[in-house]
Amino acid sequence: MENTKNLEAIAIQVRRDLLRMIHAKNSGHPGGSLGITDLLVTLYFDIMVHDPENFDMDGTGQDLFFLSNGHCSAAWYSVLARSGYFPVEELATFRAIDSRLQGHPTTAEHLPGIRIASGSLGQGLSVACGAALAKKLNDDSRFVYCLCGDGEIEEGQIWEAAQFAQARKIDNLIAFIDHNGQQIDGTIKDVLNLNHLKQKWEAFNWEVLECNGNDIKELIETIRSAHDKSGKGKPIVIIMKTEMGKGVDFMMGSHKWHGIAPNDEQLEKALSQLEETLGDY
Amino acid sequence: MMGKYTFTEKKDTRSGFGAGLYELGKTNKNVVALCADLTGSLKMNDFQKDFPDRFFQAGIAEANMIGTAAGLTIGGKIPFAGTFAGFATGRVYDQIRQSVAYSNKNVKICASHAGLTLGEDGATHQILEDIGLMKMLPNMTVICTCDYNQTKTATIAVAEHEGPVYLRFGRPAVPNFTDPGQKFEIGKAQQLYEGADVTILATGHLVWEAVEACEALIKIGINADLFNIHTIKPFDVDAVLRSVKKTGAVVTAEEHMINGGLFDITAQHVALNRPVPMEAVAVFDKFGESGTPDELMKKYGLKTVNIINAVEKVLKRKQ
Repeated sequence: MENTKNLEAIAIQVRRDLLRMIHAKNSGHPGGSLGITDLLVTLYFDIMVHDPENFDMDGTGQDLFFLSNGHCSAAWYSVLARSGYFPVEELATFRAIDSRLQGHPTTAEHLPGIRIASGSLGQGLSVACGAALAKKLNDDSRFVYCLCGDGEIEEGQIWEAAQFAQARKIDNLIAFIDHNGQQIDGTIKDVLNLNHLKQKWEAFNWEVLECNGNDIKELIETIRSAHDKSGKGKPIVIIMKTEMGKGVDFMMGSHKWHGIAPNDEQLEKALSQLEETLGDY
Repeated sequence: MMGKYTFTEKKDTRSGFGAGLYELGKTNKNVVALCADLTGSLKMNDFQKDFPDRFFQAGIAEANMIGTAAGLTIGGKIPFAGTFAGFATGRVYDQIRQSVAYSNKNVKICASHAGLTLGEDGATHQILEDIGLMKMLPNMTVICTCDYNQTKTATIAVAEHEGPVYLRFGRPAVPNFTDPGQKFEIGKAQQLYEGADVTILATGHLVWEAVEACEALIKIGINADLFNIHTIKPFDVDAVLRSVKKTGAVVTAEEHMINGGLFDITAQHVALNRPVPMEAVAVFDKFGESGTPDELMKKYGLKTVNIINAVEKVLKRKQ
């Protein structure tokens, strides 16, 4: 319980960070970033075995995380900085010229914590499959995590990867679907109805779990349950129901905040709902 | 009369790739291989058979194969991902661009059946744009080998090179004439003939055609400086410009579209540094079609005679 409270406090600070970062450059994706904050905090501050101070590309003996929906970079950068991968002050350079914090994550600027470029959607799950196979070849028993957006899985490559992962029995891979039901042009239901999402992954022979992706306690329990189901020949997916814009009342439940920045007044209103817990950067 | 270069047999370059990959399987435990349901065509069977734990059948799903290859590098593996050249490039351009080239991953993209010599399957399978697509990507090394021996040594050499590589080879049996013991040097043009009249730059299957052209030209008193440009990128600018300074005329020869290929990169450097007349033996803004490799190479003007004609034309322009 104490732990959950701490994680919730970190998540509030991450939400403040990402809103301030996006506001400062009048550019970025607040909606999805707010929705996935609880998962990223749970992974990096509770679940994952990792070594932020000594980042190396291979991450041998560590858990790896891939953000396939790279447009949610602001949340990831904040979580990486807050967990010690790079100085928190560097968050102020998000999307600026000469920054390591590119609009979408990249290895090109050698930012600790990033292992592949993402942004063009649909590619991260394949990369995660490869990294998980490399762990098996190296007798490395740690996990590979990958987060995909629910809009993102409209991409065909996701289903190529889904097919491949089960055929090759990649059972050290845990994927998350950020199921907020929204994408740029509207609701997923209106744009390209996914229908029967759970049954699709089941039909692809994945172990499927579901949870509320904005409830840290439930996330921890579900991921632990996923660990129990690992190593049994099937890849695991956690479909997590989230709220786009979670934590800021006027941003919640709409696709309108997918890719626009809050203005001065909106930022002030948003921050008033998110108490500074760790100190702003 | 015997020429400068001889061969005892014709062999396909893809078999050189398969032999090189198998050699790597024995010598480098980090080398892994992926294939998109063309294991036999790519000659990857021996690797698959003897190193099953390091071979990943990707199925007919090339986009995922490229992404998986990129992921395998995270953990120190050196993935060789093989399929036909068209599916290894055009079909997966964005995957290569983001997950391999921009991410600067140590992936070796192994592309067989490139160009017209794929033959009877026709234009859907005969990619003539792949060199252009790949050489436009920052971080990407682009290699196009000329025979079995060279494809084998190049395959072994790219495993030692850290970074993304596009390795292009083909289907038909062609004269196997290069020295099997010669180390493959990425980025270093291989001089095959010396002469002061004209520079000939050839790549892939056109190298042997250019060798035959040089022999024929010698008989009519024309001495060509012939280079095998097995590495399109990084381009051996120094060797080419030194030769161009001497000869003052260039002919390029490639089984590729004139746009984006060897002519393109040569013209770029010649235009910027030492403009001289140039002629191209290449495909001019056309798709291929069904036919035997030899029929196609004749119809599309990629034979020895076309190189000789291009040399005569460029020499007239030089005067």
